[in-house]
Amino acid sequence: MGFVYDRLLGGKNGAIGMAILAALILLILPMMLDLFRLNLVGKYLTYAFAAVSLVLLWGYGGILSLGQGVFFGLGGYCMAMFLKLEASDPESTKIQSTPGIPDFMDWNQLTQLPWFWEPFNSFGFTVLAVLLVPAVFAFIIGYSMFKRRVGGVYFAIITQIIALILTVLIVGQQGYTGGINGITDLKTLHGWDIREDSAKYILYFVNAILLFSVILLSRFILTSKFGRLLLAMKDKEDRVRFSGYDVSNFKIFVFCISAIISAIGGAMFTLQVGFMSPSFVGIVPSIEMVIFAAVGGRMSLIGVVYGTLLVNYGKTIFSETFPELWLYLMGALFIAVVMYFPNGLAGIWDKHGGKLFGFIQNMKYIGVVRSMLDKKRLVKAEVSGE
Amino acid sequence: MKSNLAISRLRKLIGVALGITLASNISIASAGVNDTGLAVTDAAVKVGILHSLTGTMAISETGAQEAEKLAIKQINDMGGILGRKIEIIQEDGASDWPTFAEKSRKLLVKDKVAAVFGCWTSASRKAALPVFEKENGLLYYPTFYEGLEQSHNVIYTGQEATQQILAGLDWVAREKGAKTFYLIGSDYIWPRTSMKIARKHIENVLGGKVVGEEYKPLGNTQFGSVINKIRLKKPDVIYAAVVGGSNVAWFKQLKAAGITGQKQTLLTLSVTEDEVLGIGGENLEGFYSVMKYFQSQDNENNKAFVKAFKDMHGDDSVIGDVTQAAYLGPWLWKAAVEKAGSFDVDKVVKASETSGIELTTAPEGYVKLHPNHHLWSKTRVAKWNKDGQATIVFTSDLIEPNPFPEGYQ
Amino acid sequence: MGEYTAQELLSIFAMQGFSGLSLFSVLLLMALGLAIIFGQMGVINMAHGEFMAVGAYTTYLISVLSEEYFPGFVEYYFIFAIALSFLVAGALGYLAELALIRHLYKRPLDTLLATWGLSLIMQQGFRSIFGAREVSPTLPDWLMGSYQPIESIDIPINGMFVLGLTTFVTLAVFYLMFKSSWGLRVRATTQNRVMSGAVGINTKKVDRLTFALGCGIAGIAGAAFTTIASTGPTTGSLYIVDTFMVVVFGGAASLYGTIASAFSIAQAQSILEFFISGSMAKVFTLLAIVIFLMLRPEGLFASKVRK
Repeated sequence: MGFVYDRLLGGKNGAIGMAILAALILLILPMMLDLFRLNLVGKYLTYAFAAVSLVLLWGYGGILSLGQGVFFGLGGYCMAMFLKLEASDPESTKIQSTPGIPDFMDWNQLTQLPWFWEPFNSFGFTVLAVLLVPAVFAFIIGYSMFKRRVGGVYFAIITQIIALILTVLIVGQQGYTGGINGITDLKTLHGWDIREDSAKYILYFVNAILLFSVILLSRFILTSKFGRLLLAMKDKEDRVRFSGYDVSNFKIFVFCISAIISAIGGAMFTLQVGFMSPSFVGIVPSIEMVIFAAVGGRMSLIGVVYGTLLVNYGKTIFSETFPELWLYLMGALFIAVVMYFPNGLAGIWDKHGGKLFGFIQNMKYIGVVRSMLDKKRLVKAEVSGE
Repeated sequence: MKSNLAISRLRKLIGVALGITLASNISIASAGVNDTGLAVTDAAVKVGILHSLTGTMAISETGAQEAEKLAIKQINDMGGILGRKIEIIQEDGASDWPTFAEKSRKLLVKDKVAAVFGCWTSASRKAALPVFEKENGLLYYPTFYEGLEQSHNVIYTGQEATQQILAGLDWVAREKGAKTFYLIGSDYIWPRTSMKIARKHIENVLGGKVVGEEYKPLGNTQFGSVINKIRLKKPDVIYAAVVGGSNVAWFKQLKAAGITGQKQTLLTLSVTEDEVLGIGGENLEGFYSVMKYFQSQDNENNKAFVKAFKDMHGDDSVIGDVTQAAYLGPWLWKAAVEKAGSFDVDKVVKASETSGIELTTAPEGYVKLHPNHHLWSKTRVAKWNKDGQATIVFTSDLIEPNPFPEGYQ
Repeated sequence: MGEYTAQELLSIFAMQGFSGLSLFSVLLLMALGLAIIFGQMGVINMAHGEFMAVGAYTTYLISVLSEEYFPGFVEYYFIFAIALSFLVAGALGYLAELALIRHLYKRPLDTLLATWGLSLIMQQGFRSIFGAREVSPTLPDWLMGSYQPIESIDIPINGMFVLGLTTFVTLAVFYLMFKSSWGLRVRATTQNRVMSGAVGINTKKVDRLTFALGCGIAGIAGAAFTTIASTGPTTGSLYIVDTFMVVVFGGAASLYGTIASAFSIAQAQSILEFFISGSMAKVFTLLAIVIFLMLRPEGLFASKVRK
């Protein structure tokens, strides 16, 4: 029990934060919002996966990746390929010159399914691909960069170039990828219609529970010895190296983990929104993901979820109310966060939110009650003769 | 919130009062019209406008939403539709396709709008389409596009690819005796599909030859190497579908390399008066565009339209093909709603498909709605002048829309 | 290639060589300002493209004003517009440094976020002032058209102009950095801020002017690009990644590296574009750069392992 409490929930404060967030996402929002808004929240929470991955990678590892969109996109595309194949059965595509292949292939004169699409007929393979394709990709990038001690700004810019390459490639190879339109009009998962209201509710909760699992897993990683090494590396990389650790292996590992986490978000995005497009692979979404993490607090797993929700909700609200002005507001928000609240929402919470809960900690009677309980236990023990 | 409620109640009361005084003029039973589940009251009907006000596409979409607002204002000045004033809810698609899907859902599910006028790029339409089909909304889509689509829930007011392309190619083969063509476009579905159709037509119908085909990434600003290749191949016609900001670089660099309208026939599918603003008339002089509408078109409808547009949006505003097509949307919707006697989407769609709706007041002259949800329209070829306006040199007959062309697939 | 005469092939070869050269000058002009800001100060300025757009819009404004009020000036306004673009973009850069950047020197990655916010604000600013549509300054006639040394060769005049301007700006930057006392202070500050402060260099002022200079050069680039490309609210975002790529590929701390890098990227891309059609030329160029950087992280010219 102690292990779970300390390692997974992060002690008392962590547990309180986690409980509040869980209540918000699993109870309060579903009860308060109609399905349309809830579906939006679900979409935002898929971005939160990428933000959480950045806590590991950037907040603790000190590695800023401007390419998380690449992994988010890869995960999303893997899922989209499976769903698209299911939506392209010969019956529903009979007006095409070649029935049974996705419509965009038919528009580009492909007459048979490309070989790398074939395995995505299997859901099992797709789930594996969602996790492994980004991981392998991250391993290749990470291995070649970290082994050569590329870091910091250069890593950030190279990941940006990779995001650009992938975008140009996806848009240019439209016969195989759906091009700039992306892979659209996804309908069913094993016959289960993901566009139905009931499905949207179910997917929202699946997504939320997955997000919590990922947060718990990340917490577990960060509170382990590995997490401490990450922090140490961030501050004094050479010292860690001189202590006999292979720094690059740790970096590669955390980069792969963060890629997998982002990819899960991407796959859930595809399921909830019903399409995937190259606009998630590019540079802008990747930077936006970093901004969600920065606003929420790059060191706080819980904070970044709030950050993601706040920025996206702000975007939606602003753009509904002042469509012309929202970019000013967004820009100002980022600048303000970076300048005055470097630890984001979580930093503000730690500074001021503690006061709210301070009185709880000062409640002496909790201690009194506990000691009474302890006494009771002792008495019991004596009685039962243990 | 409360005050809004009060105001809307007041409006309702006034509306009812007016309704009573005007009851003799309105022969339609309101009850049947108001209980379709859409945002329709006795006084007003809500519609959505969904274009990008921000991001890269704002450049192109500004004109479209201005035209839609003008049409709606004119319809309201004439007394609205079925005696109801049109109220606009405008949303920003932000040049981001998922946002288009999200805002479509908001307009249909939360605002319950009776119709949406919007989208510009195919990608934004493809993202929004499943939402319209699922929620059974109605979208009026204004852009000339690649075709290959026909949805129960969309009315396409721009031309599909074959309407735009074939007449232009026939003209250039006939007028200029063109035999060799160099195709260049931006790298995404619309230019690729258009060029595919063009190539089939050049090779199979005109007996010509395609000597080169190039696609450049969106936003590309370097055309030096392509221009050199064109100089080497010496095609009779450069056939271009470069879009957006790339156009500016493309034409400026063509001119700088000495390729001008005097020396070379260039026919473009993607330059409207909107783009000319950025390209500069002096860089386009003597080149040709093929479109269904040009601002300089000389007819009474168009003169009135251009004047009204400038009165509303300023004297220096220009009107391109998509702007005009966007302007048709609300009018086509009005005609269909009046035919159906209801705002109900299925009834409006049925009326659109079956009652042969036509607009004799269209600025482009005359359009007729085809059962396949596209418009019968004429295609025009025009030569650009230095002042950024075009002189029409050829007008085709009315062309039937054919979104799934046989033999061009 | 058998169907062409030797004359034609030679002409194409010459023109293709020039188009590589003109791409080189464009890339170098883009990257020079960033090489100073990023290379010398370590600031990741994501709004660098927007400072270019400031230059482009300034040129547009001068073009419109001179057409309105001084029709006789239209032939010559362009040179004046370039100078003014430098000043306007430089002044804005100065303000940005004062308000924003100077608080973030200790957190280089955070400058990325803050300047991204700045770039959003600037883009929307352009949209509010100039509208969402693209604008085009009227270019004087002497910048248009082409120079024909022989019948079959056309060398674009605007390309030559940008090439000349780039050469001039590059020489000026080299002079400033390596021959002037101000450049000495900049280099000293880059190498050892504390020590520089101790010997009496006003490091804060040096920072501010360096940043302003970098933004000013971006402004010049923007003004020059009105001759070859478009000007719109989001124009800057088209350039930013390419610009960073040139600087990183060259080795950030080295101005020579930036030149070498711009040259090799430009040549590679224009040769590839001639033989491969479509977007793939871009993909291959980018891929080659990434692979090169993975094998040799320090870029073309650099002395030490990067951190």
